[in-house]
Amino acid sequence: YMKTDRLYKRPFNEAFEETPMLVAVLTYVGYGVLTLFGYLRDFMRQWKIEKCQNATEREEQKDFVPLYQDFENFYNRNLYMRIRDSWNRPICSVPGAKVDMMERVSHDYNWTFTYTGRVIKDIINMGSYNYLGFAQKAGTCQQAAAKVLSQYGAGVCSTRQEMGNLDKHEELEKLVARFLGVESAMAYGMGFATNSMNIPALVGKGCLILSDELNHASLVLGARLSGATIRIFKHNNMQSLEKLLKDAIVHGQPRTRRPWKKILILVEGIYSMEGSIVRLPEVIALKKKYKSYLYLDEAHSIGALGPSGRGVVEYFGLSPEDVDVMMGTFTKSFGAAGGYIGGKKELIDYLRTYSHSAVYATSLSPPVVEQIITSMKCIMGEDGTNVARVQQLAENTRYFRRRLKEMGFIIYGNEDSPVVPLMLYMPAKIGAFGREMLKRNIGVVVVGFPATPIIESRARFCLSAAHTKEMLDTALKEINEVGDLLQLKYSRHRLVPLLDRPFDETTYEETED
Amino acid sequence: MDIKRVKDYIYWLYYQYLLITCSYVLEPWEQSMFHTITVTVFAMVVYTAYVFVPIHVRLAFEFFSQIFGGQPESTVS
Repeated sequence: YMKTDRLYKRPFNEAFEETPMLVAVLTYVGYGVLTLFGYLRDFMRQWKIEKCQNATEREEQKDFVPLYQDFENFYNRNLYMRIRDSWNRPICSVPGAKVDMMERVSHDYNWTFTYTGRVIKDIINMGSYNYLGFAQKAGTCQQAAAKVLSQYGAGVCSTRQEMGNLDKHEELEKLVARFLGVESAMAYGMGFATNSMNIPALVGKGCLILSDELNHASLVLGARLSGATIRIFKHNNMQSLEKLLKDAIVHGQPRTRRPWKKILILVEGIYSMEGSIVRLPEVIALKKKYKSYLYLDEAHSIGALGPSGRGVVEYFGLSPEDVDVMMGTFTKSFGAAGGYIGGKKELIDYLRTYSHSAVYATSLSPPVVEQIITSMKCIMGEDGTNVARVQQLAENTRYFRRRLKEMGFIIYGNEDSPVVPLMLYMPAKIGAFGREMLKRNIGVVVVGFPATPIIESRARFCLSAAHTKEMLDTALKEINEVGDLLQLKYSRHRLVPLLDRPFDETTYEETED
Repeated sequence: MDIKRVKDYIYWLYYQYLLITCSYVLEPWEQSMFHTITVTVFAMVVYTAYVFVPIHVRLAFEFFSQIFGGQPESTVS
């Protein structure tokens, strides 16, 4: 049993309120009704009573093994299609705090859409990953990027190892290394590819990967591509991780009992579907005790956590040298595209040669690189403009979460995370919430199966430093109205104590009813 | 004014019923089919309760009072 109270310098408030029993039963009832009607429609489509508009096999292939009969396709045809107008909405302006959207209607229940030609203007944008507000079309970042665009053009037309290594890339990598406090860093063109192409370069057969239950698809894909053995520990649960580490060290590889070549722990800084923050002090203590390596994916937390925006390592007051591989993306807080990996110089020099992304993928485009450089200098406070974006984001986060909890919604996740999932549960409310919020000029992202467990569908708000208090107040007023209209205020203010810590070590304001 | 509020409240209750049973996402002909079936089942449940529940409650009451009271009672009441 680890003494965890000395590892945390500040209270760690994370809560996942339990689903009320009645709501769970009614959600299953709703899914039951939809399944019955799904079977009815599939029957009608098969017997040609109704025209079949989705993908089917060709006539000659009807006797082959069926392609579209698994549950995911059934769900897709019979539920996703009915509420599809809440996703893939086309926007036609920069996705800042407010965004313009093209209006579209469907005359055949979402199988096809037509544009009416109108543009809905100034929708409050609660769905973009614009944590520090750098998605702007005017300002220093945009001017610097325009200047670089006129100097270097937009295309690079080569990979890093051939002719695509610009001096801008070298400048960016030195800056990223300085920002994170590591020895060296390398930047890639795509955040997803950073994970999926570099984990195979770091581990291989004979290695062990311990990955969190709710890791992102890029981490899962990279782990599977590498060929290493993968074991899953429960989400943010340090007892589960310690048990797996102990078993791995004691028993070794499955048949031969040889020691594992490497043990790599894959965690994320902020998990975007739950809004939870990794317990980094405990993970690092475990890593040191059992001599394994840590790969930290800071896609959502870089720039958004920590007093000066350096990410989850600074948030907990730890040293960046404890994390072996610090990975992150530039898409969320920096308003650009791409990803980076930072660490010791030997590691990054190895990755420059052996990473698939470096050898085969085109390198970052020069205006995008300039956007990252300018925004990073702005966060570090070096370019002279004193815009306290990180503090604004932290204030917005605290305010928004507190108000939503007071209204009575069930909100998952840590108090300090700018990703706020609001639970909806019932499938009809997914579509209804998206449509009602758009009617009131607020754009939200609603998520259902398969990104979340089937009864835990949610609406996910992403806060931004560009949101002013008036925008947040308007949004909160509308959310309150829609919550009353759709009866979404399920919370009974009963916070479940986190199972892996004794009662007196967590701080939460309310006790059980 | 009051009639409008009552009508709005009844419409809101109907909207909750649509959301909870997921008939909000169904097409109109599917909704009609679902409403017909639901109303039929509900009517049958109410009728069965009306016909059978008082008789069963009275018989149960007599059975238990016979056990606890202990006095011989005629079987024809």
